[in-house]
Amino acid sequence: MYRSPSALSRRRFLLGTGALAAGAAFPRALFAHSGGAARLVVVILRGALDGLAAVPPYADPDYAALHRELAIGAPGSADGALSLDSIFGLHPSFSFLHDRYLAKELVVFQAVASPYRDRSHFDGQNVLENGLTKPIGTADGWLNRALAALPRGSGRPGERAVAISQNVPLILRGDTPVISKSPQATPDVDEDLLARLADLYSKDEWFSARLSEGVQTERLADEGNSGDAPAMMTQATAPQAGKPAAGDRVSGVARMAATLMRSEGGPEIAVIEASGWDTHANQGGAKGTLAQRLAGLDQAIRTLADGLGPLWPQTAVLVVTEFGRTAAMNGTRGTDHGTGGCAFLVGGSVRGGRVITDWPGLARTALLDNRDLRPTLDLRSVFKAVLDEHMHVDAKTLAARIFPDSSGARPLQGLMRA
Amino acid sequence: MIQTEIAVLRFGLGARPGDLAAAAGDPRTWLTAQLKGPVQLAVNTALAPSDRIFVELLAAREERQEMKREAATSADPQAFNPVRDAYLPHYRAQVLARAQSAAVTPRPFAERLVHFWTNHFAVSADKGAVFGVAGTLENEAIRPHVNGRFVDLLTAVEQHPAMIGFLDNQYSVGKDSELARLAARRAARPRPDAADKPRREFGINENLAREILELHTLGVNGGYSQKDVTSFAQIITGWSIGGGKGRLAGGIPGRFYFRENLHEPGAKSFLGKTYYEDGQRQGEAVLSDLCRNPATASFIATKLVRHFIADDPPPAAVARVAHAFLKSGGDLPHVYAALIDAPEAWDPNVRKFKTPEDFVFSTLRALNASPTQPEEVIRSFELLGQRQYTPGSPAGWPDTAKSWDGSDALMHRVLWASRVAGRYERGLDPTDVAESSLGAYARPDTLTALRRATSSKQALALLLMSPEFQRR
Repeated sequence: MYRSPSALSRRRFLLGTGALAAGAAFPRALFAHSGGAARLVVVILRGALDGLAAVPPYADPDYAALHRELAIGAPGSADGALSLDSIFGLHPSFSFLHDRYLAKELVVFQAVASPYRDRSHFDGQNVLENGLTKPIGTADGWLNRALAALPRGSGRPGERAVAISQNVPLILRGDTPVISKSPQATPDVDEDLLARLADLYSKDEWFSARLSEGVQTERLADEGNSGDAPAMMTQATAPQAGKPAAGDRVSGVARMAATLMRSEGGPEIAVIEASGWDTHANQGGAKGTLAQRLAGLDQAIRTLADGLGPLWPQTAVLVVTEFGRTAAMNGTRGTDHGTGGCAFLVGGSVRGGRVITDWPGLARTALLDNRDLRPTLDLRSVFKAVLDEHMHVDAKTLAARIFPDSSGARPLQGLMRA
Repeated sequence: MIQTEIAVLRFGLGARPGDLAAAAGDPRTWLTAQLKGPVQLAVNTALAPSDRIFVELLAAREERQEMKREAATSADPQAFNPVRDAYLPHYRAQVLARAQSAAVTPRPFAERLVHFWTNHFAVSADKGAVFGVAGTLENEAIRPHVNGRFVDLLTAVEQHPAMIGFLDNQYSVGKDSELARLAARRAARPRPDAADKPRREFGINENLAREILELHTLGVNGGYSQKDVTSFAQIITGWSIGGGKGRLAGGIPGRFYFRENLHEPGAKSFLGKTYYEDGQRQGEAVLSDLCRNPATASFIATKLVRHFIADDPPPAAVARVAHAFLKSGGDLPHVYAALIDAPEAWDPNVRKFKTPEDFVFSTLRALNASPTQPEEVIRSFELLGQRQYTPGSPAGWPDTAKSWDGSDALMHRVLWASRVAGRYERGLDPTDVAESSLGAYARPDTLTALRRATSSKQALALLLMSPEFQRR
């Protein structure tokens, strides 16, 4: 386990130089309590997850014929789905998520989509993250705009949200300061060098803000780690010339998120990203490429829940992707870019054990453009509900600032436990 | 004169000792002189060609199949992975040669253009199937054409086995192709022995067609529809890789091969024009028309201006470069010349924040260094968050500061700067390095900090992390 003995002294030094952001110098006692406030983790699956594999509609009469060898069989059949209800199941890789479903901590959404209706990953991700109806038009993300409207919580100002990566993804970019921290440790940076750099940056606001933020965040990770959190970063820091197993990487990221959120005054919101969902060829069914990715995701959410420990009852984890994939298998045993897909909301504060969908079916006439699952629920209805019921952002700000042009996407009701 | 610094630092890859002096007489001529002919690796390394690597991979796959057949229980696939073992030495060699070339090349502007196109036509090594050939696209398809015509560059890229494999076109099959019809006839015959076996379904895979339109030519708002994507995918059915067995035998193993029997026959409509059946040339005709499309000119111009001038591309510069693209029929040296002629490119106040790649290569040049071990390069990029040839998506690495300027990223840069300074400090005078690598960009504050540093290692780390070195 990595633990820098000098992180605190480093922080003191920077305090002395005045290089710290004003918020970070707040008296710590004000934020001493860590309980009470809601926690939110957003997991972005980049590359477009096949919702018809993750949440198989096994009882739909057209499913098996369209999805062919990629289809997941009914619960009880060989390699069949984990049962949710009389129509839907979960992919057999999702054992932890299924346990959460049985514990009434998981809501599964099916046939959902953002307002985006074309099939570019990159525009699709922009819409998912910017909260608008089109890919361009704002440089900030909806979660950053939501941060500005959050009631006071346990996190330090300027550190209430963290991106678990070296850089901040669009969903968290914006005027409200956030922090970033990758699971890759930065040990052994010479204290004196940092002090001199702080001095060298003193006339450059852009660099000095980032340096003090970076030093602060490292301290948070250190503090979170000094408790009972499990040993971390072994996987992520091992130099890998080849391909690290995707699941291990996502779990390392999840562990870092939990560690930071557990630290005193640590962030209440975290964003995690996972890629590798663009399964155009040899997607596999109950076993194979996608199945391994899903198992990695399932493991990451288990890691997150374990790591958050006592915070889990006040946590909601939102798992989303930019769009779904074609209803029919393509010519290379994969699926191409589609529209409607699935999403998950899991956590101790979620009123779960439900599949929420207005299922349009997979009949040829029901498909969008003759090829995609037709979306019947706007993802913004889910986002708004989470921000409203879980994070207590007021409805007016939600409608006006965070999701402009979303009057058609009314927030769902009753997603969270009272 | 700040124009020299702009030519060498912004257009090039950073200054080695002597570079600023060499360009000082006439910085624009220093740039344009680099725009002739192919741009080969600046180091004499014999890298294996893509076809040989693919053949090695096929052999490794067969070995694995053999192992699977022999092993009664399913062995741990991580324990022995012939595919990874076949690919890894090639990936390491490609990454090392690339870094060495960037560190020492006397044509750093041309080398940056190579990197630009590699990122534009991104193939990501995190897809296992192309891990070992990702770097071959740059060396085999981009370097020969970087100073040629865009249509030749585009065609070489889309017909390179690494691209075909990365975007899954090799087994994209037309529904009315010879192979599909043969399979249908066979299926109609009674086969009691295989009655419960699911019949192999043939069809297209639209991945390559979509990304050519969205990411390589027209851009996402370039005026095409889903119908055009599907139609283009049918047009390029048969664009595949040689080798294979049985009905899929043919071609030279590991090289581009047009599989007539997978190709969807007949005339097809694309962007309102009919393309008559012409085998492999049907797709080439589409590529050629895409290069003449104003949307392509504008998309390429926007990306070039973003890369060389500013995150928010000045519209006048984009218009100038797009005009040159259309007027010259996509003759790339003309396009680059328009970029050099754009007054916006010479504004010393507009500077780009370096990507990790920019940072590493300009550091090696500043320190007059060249890496000798692949691990050194691989670990550097792992640490800085830009694993070579691994952008993770066909869109390539982002080219704006906001994608690279996280506080955690900065901490990793500090750590790396400190390590690399320790490795290469011997014999270097930090003030000289500041002078030769930054010229007029070196601020008095930075020079003072260098003089006050406790060691030359610390001074070099400060120089590398100074705001002026972190920008180009």
